[in-house]
Amino acid sequence: MNRKITFAQAVNEAIGQAMQRDRSVICFGLGADDPKGVFGTTLGLQKQFGPERVFDTPTSENGMTGIGVGAALNGIRPVMTHQRLDFFLLAMDQLVNNAAKWHYMFGGNGNVPITIRLILGRGWGQGPTHSQNLQSWFAHIPGLKVVAPASAADAKGLLLASIFDNNPVVFLEQRWLHNMEGEVPEQFYTTPLGEAQLLQSGADITIVSHSFMSVEAVRAANILKSHGIHCDVIDLRTLAPLDWNTISTSVQKTGRLMALDTSHSFCSYAAEIVARASEQHYTKFKAAPRRIALPDVPAPTSMALTKNFYPSAREICEAALQMVGKSVKIDAKLFETGSPHDVPGPWFKGPF
Amino acid sequence: MNKDAVLDSSVLMQLYHRQMLVRLTEEEIAKRYPEGKMRCPVHLCTGQDAVSAAVGCALKPDDLCVSTHRSHGHYIGKGGDIKRMLAEIYGKAGGCSSGKGGSMHLVDRSVGYIGSTAIVGNTIPVGVGLGLSIKLKGSHQVSCVFFGDGAVEEGAFFEAANFAVLRGLPVLFLCENNFFSVYSPLRVRQPEGRKIHEMVRGLGLKAEDGDGNDIVEVYTKTKNAIDYIRSNSAPYFLEFYTYRWREHCGPFFDNNLGYRSEQEYLEWKERDPVELYRRRLVEQHQVDPKKLEQIDSSIMREIEAAFEFADASPFPEEGELYTQVFADSQGGVK
Repeated sequence: MNRKITFAQAVNEAIGQAMQRDRSVICFGLGADDPKGVFGTTLGLQKQFGPERVFDTPTSENGMTGIGVGAALNGIRPVMTHQRLDFFLLAMDQLVNNAAKWHYMFGGNGNVPITIRLILGRGWGQGPTHSQNLQSWFAHIPGLKVVAPASAADAKGLLLASIFDNNPVVFLEQRWLHNMEGEVPEQFYTTPLGEAQLLQSGADITIVSHSFMSVEAVRAANILKSHGIHCDVIDLRTLAPLDWNTISTSVQKTGRLMALDTSHSFCSYAAEIVARASEQHYTKFKAAPRRIALPDVPAPTSMALTKNFYPSAREICEAALQMVGKSVKIDAKLFETGSPHDVPGPWFKGPF
Repeated sequence: MNKDAVLDSSVLMQLYHRQMLVRLTEEEIAKRYPEGKMRCPVHLCTGQDAVSAAVGCALKPDDLCVSTHRSHGHYIGKGGDIKRMLAEIYGKAGGCSSGKGGSMHLVDRSVGYIGSTAIVGNTIPVGVGLGLSIKLKGSHQVSCVFFGDGAVEEGAFFEAANFAVLRGLPVLFLCENNFFSVYSPLRVRQPEGRKIHEMVRGLGLKAEDGDGNDIVEVYTKTKNAIDYIRSNSAPYFLEFYTYRWREHCGPFFDNNLGYRSEQEYLEWKERDPVELYRRRLVEQHQVDPKKLEQIDSSIMREIEAAFEFADASPFPEEGELYTQVFADSQGGVK
């Protein structure tokens, strides 16, 4: 059995091993060398690899992204870090107009092997501009790869694959996953981009998920199993390119599709999954496909308002029961996590 | 002693050749554009030719360069392949970007021309990033970033320039001040009396200005700036005043629109960089005008051959629509 480390430690280990392996890998971002090391993900890297390769930056999201793009065009592999995705919105020009298109619009003359780590907040009053999940924006842009791991092992393997990919990769880290532990091999390894993972197998419902919603999906699937409902739980891991085959095969088997999303429902990633499955497998459906996503309102701050904002295992179970036409009463205790709804666990004491 | 004495006669003739190549190519594009075969926007640089030619000649072939929407001159000045530039504007497979970029996305990595893009100010950080890569690799190249007076109004400029100063990166910021952002004059965009090169000194940039229609001045100042960058590990900012003759986008003239006066245009045309330099070579350097005419003729033959290449080059196969979205990632892991 492998040793257990947290998601954040796995990210840290991946960057360290990439830098060890290849001198062209550099790591920068606001706070990259600060005492907290971006939630522990960059701790110790500057000491090990020096200030030329690991450095703090000016508060210039767009400029620094473009600088990363320029360095990448000349053989450097930058790993860029943002403590919240929301700040990175200032850099959409460099991401969308340059990083995503360079290889295509110059007919293959130049490529941009940059990895952009974006951390997504949730809970503890993070509110409207510290907890946005904009994966559908990124996945909409041709030329970008979008990665959203749900486990520590995948965080390491997918981050290493992202760093050594020859294309721009947006790497999404849910803050609530950072402290979750998992078995992680110590050696260098890559987990291929574009391959989903089947976390559980069952013939009744296909649950397609990513990032933190995969944690809720597994909890829900376990509860459903004890009530005789068996789910395929597909953790996408990579949102672009999409592993459509795994979804398609499963939907044809179960005839029921539930797409989970960490973001708003309208024009969401889950909407794309439902649309595509509906186009291709209309005749196979035994029940209308479902999206489980956030309501189409900004993330509120008050603990009272976030209570019904984030869907969890409970909503997944309720939807599943409707889809299979069962009316079973699930004991509410099964949904309790032992923590208030606005924190990932008792370890989380804020402030961000 | 005349002030060009420091320049070798081969440099003087190289400058002439390069400037004429820019001018005659742009004017031939303007002439042929109405044929409808160049089916993309073109932003011609006629009138600004001296900066393109002189900076390109001052940079070494392995120095790197990025540019803007008005980039034909920068590409030609850096030594880019004209045949492939024209084929690109014609949307052909033989184009420098395989027909996927057009006039606003030129590239010739064999001469260090990394790319030009269409969004104002957006290659400034990219050029600074090239500077960062040069420093990390410990090579002695310089990264030259071309932009206009409008781009210094973008946040991207300040962000990138700040970082270049902070880290001492080998970047030449090359600002062509042609006084207009599309049709918007400088006076509605920047406070009266401000000088761009003076303003950027506040960022810690070494900076100076110059006459962008005097090719020898541009060349000399650029050479000095590059020497400074190489020996001091620090960026440098040059602002050259110049003027685009033709419309913002397209082959025609647009003084009839009223955003600038015919009088202003004529005053700049009096200071045509090509004519000024031709006169100077003949009067100060005793160059035989016939020799210059021969150069012009040989350049025209080269340009005509390049247009023939572009016209004859095949269009991309339809399947090319779907290629090169992603770079191959085999061998990424070392």
